[in-house]
Amino acid sequence: MNPKRKSRLFTVIFLLTGATVAVALMLVAANEDLNVFYPPEAVVGGEAPINVNIRAGGMVKDGSVMRTGEELDVQFELTDYKGSEFKVFYSGILPDLFREGQGVLVHGQLEESGGFRATRVLAKHDENYMPPELAGLHEGQKE
Amino acid sequence: MTIKELWHRLGSPRWFYQMMGPWGTGLGVAAALLLITGTLWGLIIAPPDYQQGNSFRIIYVHVPTALVCQSAYIMMGVAGFLFLVWRMKLADMVVKVTVPFGMVMTALGLFTGSVWGAPTWGTWWEWDARTTSMLVLLFLYFGLYALRQAIPRAESAGRACALLALVGVINIPIIKYSVDWWLTLHQPATFTLTEAPSMPAEMWLPLLVNVIGVYCLMGAVVISSLRTEILRRECNTSWVREELMGEPA
Repeated sequence: MNPKRKSRLFTVIFLLTGATVAVALMLVAANEDLNVFYPPEAVVGGEAPINVNIRAGGMVKDGSVMRTGEELDVQFELTDYKGSEFKVFYSGILPDLFREGQGVLVHGQLEESGGFRATRVLAKHDENYMPPELAGLHEGQKE
Repeated sequence: MTIKELWHRLGSPRWFYQMMGPWGTGLGVAAALLLITGTLWGLIIAPPDYQQGNSFRIIYVHVPTALVCQSAYIMMGVAGFLFLVWRMKLADMVVKVTVPFGMVMTALGLFTGSVWGAPTWGTWWEWDARTTSMLVLLFLYFGLYALRQAIPRAESAGRACALLALVGVINIPIIKYSVDWWLTLHQPATFTLTEAPSMPAEMWLPLLVNVIGVYCLMGAVVISSLRTEILRRECNTSWVREELMGEPA
């Protein structure tokens, strides 16, 4: 390799390495802030700020969904199945995929009581897909 | 042909122009057949999903486009590297002609993801690590497009774009691993090279057909636009005149 190309090669590798390290450091420094929601552990553990608009997420605990009153009011618990869980209060239309055992993400504010007052509920889809025959869930199927 | 010979030939736009014509056509035909087959198969024959019903079918457009726009970027980064170090003319042209294709595919990937997100997640957009890094990819394509227009001297424009293309490759592993490194709304990958897919064959076969199809499309688009670019840049040479007019050199 001629010396000119060699020096260009080193310059390019140097620039690329420098840029990679810089980006990596930025990402590591911002690590926690890049999570799009607080997991149940952070909500229960007091890491999530109170009375500020935040996003929290978790799995809807089995048997915890309760319709309160005749309006659209609903309350449920979000869990990580590892012992951390918190109550969510919401009034509005739930997404189609909302069900017990499903991951959801809630927008809203954490109250001092430890309950979460949600203004929006989003369903988090997992990476599994299957036809209804396999899941045995014909009745839940919208054609 | 040894690797060294191939290397030297690739340095010659004329050789590429004369050799690659049939490849462009062949890949274009293959892409059309595969994409039509895969899309019809996916949209009509494949079974609906047990939770999402028919809205999951957008995966047959979303996954291929979102994959190929990242591959196109990696290819551009490699070409940028070759141009920066070896000043290979063809590599500069690859950086130039891949941009529009990658831009369209990224936009399509984001758009289909958004359309799928509306019924499934309950939102068109969420600023999580995956969607945001894909948006950064789209802006990198915009930037590459604008940068080349902004610098009048072709050679300086080439170098600047090559460098931006190369450095931008850092974003690709971030897109790939964003769903593993951080908590995101976007689900982790359904398909990995090491494990069985979390989807039955009747659902992923049409997807595979479309993925192969969209890669053929990339090949066809890049090769044919490279040939056009070669003619444009070499229009004053005798071989181009001979090629197009049939005049002897």
